[in-house]
Amino acid sequence: MTKRLFMKGNEAIAMAAIEAGCRYYFGYPITPQSDIPEYMSRELPKLGGEFIQAESEVASINMLLGASATGVRAMTSSSSPGISLKQEGISYMSGAELPGVIVNICRSGPGLGGIDASQADYFQAVKGGGHGGYHIIVLAPASVQEMYDLTMLAFDLSDIYRVPAMILGDSVVGQMKEPVVPNKRPATELPPKNWVVRGKGDGEQRVVKSLYLGDGELEAHNWKLHGRYQELRDKETRWEEFMLDDAELVVTAFGSAARIAKTAVMAARDNGIKVGLLRPITLFPFPEKAFRAVTERCKRVLDIELNAGQMVEDVRLSVARDAEVFFYGRPPGAGSLPTPEELLEQIKKYYV
Amino acid sequence: MQQVFKKPVSLKDVQTHFCPGCHHGTFHRIVAEAMDEFGVQKKTIGVASVGCSVFLYGYFDIDVVEAPHGRAPAVATGVKRARPDAFVFTYQGDGDLAAIGTSEIIHAANRGEDMTVIFVNNTTYGMTGGQMAPTTLVGQRTSTSPYGRNQGKDGAPIRMAELLAQLEGVGFSARVAVNNPKNLMDAKRQIKKAFRYQVEGKGFSFIEALSACPTNWGMNPISANERVGTEMCDYFPLGVFKNAADL
Ligand SMILES: Cc1ncc(C[n+]2csc(CCOP(=O)(O)OP(=O)(O)O)c2C)c(N)n1
Ligand code: SF4
Repeated sequence: MTKRLFMKGNEAIAMAAIEAGCRYYFGYPITPQSDIPEYMSRELPKLGGEFIQAESEVASINMLLGASATGVRAMTSSSSPGISLKQEGISYMSGAELPGVIVNICRSGPGLGGIDASQADYFQAVKGGGHGGYHIIVLAPASVQEMYDLTMLAFDLSDIYRVPAMILGDSVVGQMKEPVVPNKRPATELPPKNWVVRGKGDGEQRVVKSLYLGDGELEAHNWKLHGRYQELRDKETRWEEFMLDDAELVVTAFGSAARIAKTAVMAARDNGIKVGLLRPITLFPFPEKAFRAVTERCKRVLDIELNAGQMVEDVRLSVARDAEVFFYGRPPGAGSLPTPEELLEQIKKYYV
Repeated sequence: MQQVFKKPVSLKDVQTHFCPGCHHGTFHRIVAEAMDEFGVQKKTIGVASVGCSVFLYGYFDIDVVEAPHGRAPAVATGVKRARPDAFVFTYQGDGDLAAIGTSEIIHAANRGEDMTVIFVNNTTYGMTGGQMAPTTLVGQRTSTSPYGRNQGKDGAPIRMAELLAQLEGVGFSARVAVNNPKNLMDAKRQIKKAFRYQVEGKGFSFIEALSACPTNWGMNPISANERVGTEMCDYFPLGVFKNAADL
């Protein structure tokens, strides 16, 4: 029988990272993700790995940069204000084509904000976040099992495309406990890391950098990066469809908001309302084609987010030309999670 | 005929972009000589910082990772923890290490990371055009201290070699210069000691290298070189501030 464990979302991330071969973790404490560094500080030394509690998020992302440049699997985790500090390093890693996994268990609101569940970092995660016009892979788990599975996927995608990958969660998926089947790492074919710094030995010098000064070099480099983002769009979008076949209203939401939305969709079905859910799992690359396909037939979309409206912009850009997109959101704040009943009211409002 | 003087194998046979009279090139050379002497070229991973020395990989024939401004000690920490067998050094200017990167250098040093830091102090931000640095001397005019550095307003220049020597994690800390043959020979000796620390796994070693920036000081190479030996050495005394393993 497959083993099932009962654990927190944050622990599932840490456990999956280790199963994925991550032996290096660099971080700095911040609620609501501190279970991750705590887990890593306990487990990595037993495996011959390294845990460093860095002096800041700035230092920890740069430790990740250095470790990743040597070819090892490494991770950092934080929450919103800490992710802002990591953006410099994320931009440099993107420029230098370095893989690495970054976990953001989001807090609420700009500034210090609060520790409540929030999806207010969507823009920052999928639109680059740091300077220079780049993307990272962004995965949005909605359950503890997905915290586990998507973390492993994040390591693989990041290595394959040489693009940093982020797990975008919040305190709901981070702190709740659910049963998890700790799947073994799938045997994914990974490209050889023939670019890592290693001490040149008798080989050619290798340089990991983002500075390209020669005529046309930087433009060529940037086109290469953007080609990779296009490849991700073509090959790696993931989403979940629920009761969409005969739906007359498409509800969309990601992460923990999607769980509440799913309950509302089921309640609506009990009331004879033909509504379904399209849940993006990859936020970058965004499942544009899935939205297009669904809205070729069903012209109404209700987007639900734990913010004042962010993903809705990508939804609007993805749907069929004559589809209508509505939005319902709650900017983050203590106790501001919408209830399924509240969302059912919204579904009724936009269902015609 | 016997060859008695040649380019270190760790340096590429190319011309540097440094201005005439700049000491960066001399420091590159003696760092490369130390690398040759210990035979570590092939297992070296250098960490380049932001500033006039960013093109490190164009001159050293070694593997290099480029770090964001000031973050080289954190990047080097990641490199060294993942590859403890590699010889790891950072090469950073004073703007880089003593301003934006103070947190990273202090904590890497305090953890006693087994790495070597070459800190080139030219009392100014060279690459960006000669602005005031944390090491700019009191009274020194720069493009952002046009009336001279004012201690009451700007603070006093930071003495990094002494400051880091206070930390338990630091094995070796010294300040050197290459403004005359005697200092140059001593600089080579101290850099070798700093390297030996890492080669023997004895922990964090730090070299502060006083350097001329004739371009931004608005001086010719000869008077810039003289300023290193006078004004700079007055405030930043040469010497060894810590040698914990007594190498
Ligand atoms: C985050 C950031 N801030 C500012 C800069 C601009 N910058 C480039 S080089 C430099 C100064 C470097 O001075 P120093 O470290 O003293 O080295 P030097 O050029 O004198 O050798 C600055 C401020 C940058 N690249 N990144
Ligand atoms: S600007 Fe100054 S530090 Fe930079 S190369 Fe010229 S002399 Fe050297």
